[in-house]
Amino acid sequence: MTKTALFALLSHWRSQPLQFAALLLGLAAATALWTGVQAINSEARKSYDRAAQALGQGTEVRLVSVDGGGIHRETFAVLRRAGWQVSPVVEGTFQTGAFQVQVRGVDPFTLPPSAASPDLLDQGRLARFLDGELILTHADVVPGLTALGLSAEIVPNVPAGQAMMDITAAWDVLETSNFSYLILTETRTNGLPALADLVPQLERITHEPEGDIAQLTQSFHLNLTAFGLLSFAVGLFIVHASIGLAFEQRRGMFRTLRALGLSAGRLTALLAVETLLLATLAGALGIGLGYLIATALLPGVAATLDGLYGASVAGSLTLDPTWVASGFVITFAGAAAASAQSLYRVATLPILAPAKPRAWAMASSKARPRQAVFGALLMLVSLGIAAFGSGLVAGFLMLGALLFGAALLLPSALNATLRLLSPFVRGPVFEWALADTRQQLPGLSLALMALMLALATNIGVGTMVSSFRLTFTGWLDQRLASEVYVTAENSAQAQDVHRFLDDQADATLPIRATSTPLMDQPGQIFGVVDHQTYRDGWPLLTSSNSPWEAVAQGSGVLINEQLWRRTDLILGADLELLPGWVLPVVGVYSDYGNPKAQAIVAQSDLLGRVQGGISTLGYAARTGRPSELRDGLITLGVPAGNIRNQAQVKAFSLNVFDRTFLVTGALNLLTLGVAAFAILAALTTLATMRLPQLAPVWAMGITRAQLARIELLRSALFAALTFVFALPLGLALAYALLAVVNVQAFGWRLPMHTFPLDWLRLLILAILAALIAASFPALRLARLAPSRLLKVFADER
Amino acid sequence: MSVRVLLFWLSMTIAASAQSFAGLGEGADGFALPKRGTAFEFPRDYGAHPEYRIEWWYVTANLTGTDGREYGVQWTLFRSARAPRIGGWRSPQTWMGHTALTTPEAHFAAERFARGGIGQAGAAADPFDAWIDDWSLTSQGSGYDGLRMKARTAEFAFELDLTAEGPMVFHGDNGFSVKSAEGQASYYFSQPFYAVSGAIQTPNGQMDVTGHAWLDREYSSQPLGRTQSGWDWFALTFESGHRLMTFALRDSQNAAFSSGSWISPDGTFTSISDGSITATPLRTSTVNGREVPTEWRLEYPARSVDITVSAINPQAWNDLAFSYWEGPVRATGTHIGKGYLEMTGYE
Repeated sequence: MTKTALFALLSHWRSQPLQFAALLLGLAAATALWTGVQAINSEARKSYDRAAQALGQGTEVRLVSVDGGGIHRETFAVLRRAGWQVSPVVEGTFQTGAFQVQVRGVDPFTLPPSAASPDLLDQGRLARFLDGELILTHADVVPGLTALGLSAEIVPNVPAGQAMMDITAAWDVLETSNFSYLILTETRTNGLPALADLVPQLERITHEPEGDIAQLTQSFHLNLTAFGLLSFAVGLFIVHASIGLAFEQRRGMFRTLRALGLSAGRLTALLAVETLLLATLAGALGIGLGYLIATALLPGVAATLDGLYGASVAGSLTLDPTWVASGFVITFAGAAAASAQSLYRVATLPILAPAKPRAWAMASSKARPRQAVFGALLMLVSLGIAAFGSGLVAGFLMLGALLFGAALLLPSALNATLRLLSPFVRGPVFEWALADTRQQLPGLSLALMALMLALATNIGVGTMVSSFRLTFTGWLDQRLASEVYVTAENSAQAQDVHRFLDDQADATLPIRATSTPLMDQPGQIFGVVDHQTYRDGWPLLTSSNSPWEAVAQGSGVLINEQLWRRTDLILGADLELLPGWVLPVVGVYSDYGNPKAQAIVAQSDLLGRVQGGISTLGYAARTGRPSELRDGLITLGVPAGNIRNQAQVKAFSLNVFDRTFLVTGALNLLTLGVAAFAILAALTTLATMRLPQLAPVWAMGITRAQLARIELLRSALFAALTFVFALPLGLALAYALLAVVNVQAFGWRLPMHTFPLDWLRLLILAILAALIAASFPALRLARLAPSRLLKVFADER
Repeated sequence: MSVRVLLFWLSMTIAASAQSFAGLGEGADGFALPKRGTAFEFPRDYGAHPEYRIEWWYVTANLTGTDGREYGVQWTLFRSARAPRIGGWRSPQTWMGHTALTTPEAHFAAERFARGGIGQAGAAADPFDAWIDDWSLTSQGSGYDGLRMKARTAEFAFELDLTAEGPMVFHGDNGFSVKSAEGQASYYFSQPFYAVSGAIQTPNGQMDVTGHAWLDREYSSQPLGRTQSGWDWFALTFESGHRLMTFALRDSQNAAFSSGSWISPDGTFTSISDGSITATPLRTSTVNGREVPTEWRLEYPARSVDITVSAINPQAWNDLAFSYWEGPVRATGTHIGKGYLEMTGYE
């Protein structure tokens, strides 16, 4: 009996293949977006772990050059012979065309054992490594290295984007002959000759890896997760609609099965099993799709994380049981949530309840007021969070409540709008069409909700990104006022560069910086000289009177927006820069793209305060002839890679920016696609049930082609109306993203700009999507055999 | 001294090319090969021979502290070349240092590695100076007659003065020492007559010591025969003033090749030919998870030698990148004395 009943239930899908496809693809799409995001996040986290390990459990004691330049190679043997256990490292970026790799040259004889030390103990590997024939890399740079004719071997402990090779090979690649630093491998140095006597040009520092990458990028990943969840929710609308319909259509079958003696409990159990089977199938499909999505998006995400946080993430993906499992869990949870209501109805259905094909849709219309009330409540909750909540999670909760509240309000809003429209409609056909449209609203409302969410997200995120880009471009123009930026190799060269620039450039602006915690956050202090360039262009968000004068006199400090927003510093508040060095805050400047806290002080003060001096190698220069200046610097012996002109820096920054939001754009489009699919699914299933409504109209002389056109028109109308409601929601979303989420996630707040042309484009896109979704059911209607319409009358009686 | 750890090390680093010089002819890789009848030339031969593939300076010292306890010290510098050239950072010469200190209760060992050509490690002939990092073996007079030997690690340190009280000994055929039945050979000479004084430092503190030491110099371009799997090597100083050096190369077929030298107090010596001395393990100890023979019977009927050689500290395992057993031993039986035992191929 059970088996027979299950087959009977499943046979429904054979007669409704499209509905089956809608259910399966809806659930799969929802799972795919979620899994894709999870896969990206998990890959990124793995990369961070690898990087942390490769850095040797975080801290490392190093000897570095006091002047910030390279270390002469003779110092190595001097130190070793004196008993100092050091190992040389040269680091640099090798770039050719679009290919870039972080090169790390090491001395395998003295490199301390750590997760990143190469395994060279067998098969003549040491000899090959020393001869530069063995380069150990991460998988993502292998194609680039191979193209250059270098043979690379993938090893698991090399972080993404890096290649490790013998120091002599690295010298060749990087065209240098110095060390970047020496690792002190044995820190017990009692009884050894003092460092100051041996190598006065070196100092001992404790190297901390660049902040905690995992923590820095947390907000970014939370952002992605929220997006994934949103996509999943949109997908669930489809599933809910499909499952509800399937249950409703099978009421007759349920009645028969129950009449044949199948208990209500068993029927419910069978339906649950059916849902489970479907969810398993859809889950597997969705995870596969998710993998494809993640593979396609990961390079973009990797570029983003690198550009924003300097976090290295592999551009390739590995299948990980964690996110596969999480994909299945969320599919089952989603299917359960979508089918719970229907299962409950089946379990409590009176045994001989008549099969009423429209009952489900009608019941939904009764539920509308309840939905609207719930929706309004959610909107209130959202407002409440906006007013009283704080933190990134609160920001996302607010967004979630706003979006779902609005979605639940949509059917009532559409219904009201259609009712308002009715006095303006003339002629029986259009009056009927409008009435019929209202009649259809319940069946389509879930799909339309999905469409609205997708549109609102699109508008919101699009507005945020475009606002950001506009602000960012303007900011770059102000901030990068100097035409040429140059970094000298060592302090001797720095003096040459300084003399040369004083002579040749319109103005020389030495850049001095030191890393130090600010208000317990990882931060940097920049020392600047007093110059009109800063007064003219530096973008200040807020400031006291003449802030640059205060900085120049050493009586004030400028801080970046990140530090300002994360702490409670106000203008005039005291900030401790270094122990015993406290200055009042005289201004706040915007500093996009930098995750760290930053402060600007007078250069002479900074140089005087920092013990042991600081690197004095960077210069900015104002000039009307950047290319001549560049040639002059190259003649001085400055490597071309150390000279950057303004245009290059701008192009690079904008490039990073655009890649950053490429992922968001792609997810946006995918969500819109899912919504269009929801409309298709809903319309298709409705079409078969609506014959009793259409048959009388047809009988009165409206042709099938006319009916089909009305279907298309209706679909476009729905899309347009939904867009109208989505627009304010999207703008509210954009505001929330700019003013709440961005501040929490990145530490900066942006002015909102609106882009009406983008909206127009999106409106057209939405109508097109709706038309495409409606075209298949419309076509079917246009080609419907008249006999089937006639049959309606025969069946009714 | 005989075939040493370096051969093992070398066979690892050049496994790919080992086949090319398994024979006796001049290798295609350009390394020089030992030739019978070649005269040594000093001070040149005190220092490094980069034209040969492998070379070492190997000192072992049996010491007695002012506390009356026995100690052992090992100081070794190995050179290995991938090509018979010198040069800066791209030099194909590589260096490895091993040093160890053995007390009756404890054994400490450390290692250092360096690339050649950059001054981190090397061996100069005149004045003689061999070093890696701050470990050094430096002439205090002429050649090997007086040496200062220093090393320092996180756990122990020593600084010892070695004074030669006899002539150098050239093993085999005037320094040409055959290493296998197939004819592989090396240049091999020793200074077995050092008197030692100085100080050692252990985690328990500093201790003045005196005793005797043995320096081995060897260089070659040929590795072990392909079937040879390890060796047991003895260098003993008897109270009579005689010295005995002997080694047995173990074969994968268990057939051993043995050789050695019997040295009189005045430095005259007799080569010991294959098969005329036997070494039999009497007892094994579990060292670092493996069974290692730490008590042996040595029989050399030609000189009426029948002795038991036992480790002062059976746990003298050099647990380094290339690991082996090396430690001070005591000899009892027909002859009484002290010395060093090295055993490889038990890892």
